[in-house]
Amino acid sequence: MAKNYYDPSDLRKFGEITEWSEELGEKFFDYYGSVFKEGALSAREKSLIALAVAHVVKCPYCIDAYTKDGLERGITKEEMMEAVHAGAAIESGATLVHGVQMMNKYKKLSM
Amino acid sequence: MSTKSLSARKNDLSIPQKQLEYLNDGLFAEGELPTFKHKLEQENSFPLQPKPLEILQINLGYMCNQVCSHCHVDAGPDRKEIMTVETMQHCLQAIKTTGAHTLDLTGGAPEMNPNFRWFVEEASKAGIKDFIVRSNLTIIVANKKYYDLPEFFKKHNVHVVSSLPFYKREKTDKQRGKGVFDKSIQALQMLNAVGYGKEGSGLKLDLVYNPSGAFLPKDQTAMESDFKTALKEDFDIEFNSLFAITNLPISRFLEYLIASDNYEDYMYELVNAYNPTAVQNVMCRNTLSVSWDGWLYDCDFNQMLELKVNSKVKHISNYNEEAVQNRNIIVSQHCYGCTAGAGSSCQGTVA
Repeated sequence: MAKNYYDPSDLRKFGEITEWSEELGEKFFDYYGSVFKEGALSAREKSLIALAVAHVVKCPYCIDAYTKDGLERGITKEEMMEAVHAGAAIESGATLVHGVQMMNKYKKLSM
Repeated sequence: MSTKSLSARKNDLSIPQKQLEYLNDGLFAEGELPTFKHKLEQENSFPLQPKPLEILQINLGYMCNQVCSHCHVDAGPDRKEIMTVETMQHCLQAIKTTGAHTLDLTGGAPEMNPNFRWFVEEASKAGIKDFIVRSNLTIIVANKKYYDLPEFFKKHNVHVVSSLPFYKREKTDKQRGKGVFDKSIQALQMLNAVGYGKEGSGLKLDLVYNPSGAFLPKDQTAMESDFKTALKEDFDIEFNSLFAITNLPISRFLEYLIASDNYEDYMYELVNAYNPTAVQNVMCRNTLSVSWDGWLYDCDFNQMLELKVNSKVKHISNYNEEAVQNRNIIVSQHCYGCTAGAGSSCQGTVA
């Protein structure tokens, strides 16, 4: 077993999770495949959403996968970086909006 | 980006045998990935055999005014291999007897062959109705002797297929050399000006997109729509279709894959994307490739790997279509490039 937690080549083995739980694995991959098909949103738009989320959940496998997916779809690096900022803005906003809770508590406890 | 061919740099990968060793060793020799032959055997598709011949693809020489980083021909200004008139005459004899309806001229830059125009005219007289010229575009503006190429193409109703890796300058120039994008745009505007790519003109102008890196083309239709919108809005350029072509792991693209440590991932990607439907329509089944010196190959890629047809007739000087058609196609691991995803051929996707 590798001594590091993340190995880029493990991404290729993702499908193997089905071997230890066939039903759930297949359900997941069917669902995953359907999610990223053309729909009300284009596959291109979904790829950018996936890239932004990949950064927010800090998944190195997903970042590799959706950077390549973006390149394959002809998504430009400027579009990719804006998507990452959209994710980062929501994430930092999610932290900062808790500042209101801090302010509320501060005010409640203060005379 | 190097400005010299592998051949001029005396790089090991300019030797076809070295490339084949690379493609047969490692991942495939150790059984980590199945060989292409094994994959075909599993599906009862081995040996791969030709369908009726439709396209005669003639390589007029490896000389080119560009040195693209992905070039499978290892073409460039330093390559001196050029088809002679004598070999062209052998080709014309074959054209008179062939069942193929299309003549596909490639290179290098085929227009740089000094007898290019003569050959097109003679082939036209010999009865070829459907001509394809694979133009790198910049040749049209490289020297004033080429400025009238759009008119020449129009006169012979040549179907022009041009490489434009992307509709933005940065990616195109990175792959094909500084300034290539602007010159390509200028050449496309010249082609549009004589009617190429315009609705109702009957003059076909198709573009070839190939990925500028270690990834596969994804959706030809979506990419075509992106190209059309961007080229129309930015440069008022029109074209007919976009062909998405996968880069095959040979020659300069193989060099790039190895140097950038992408070879293994790329081969995994190709093998995992193997599509049995694409196998039925791969171009080696309806195309025959002729090299600048008259040898016959299953495809332009096998030509670069010097894998001559597995037939008694191996040269255009004693061409016999029946004998050539009765052959098994030679395959190796690079063939995964033509069967990945929606497949890939000189006419784009096949599945």
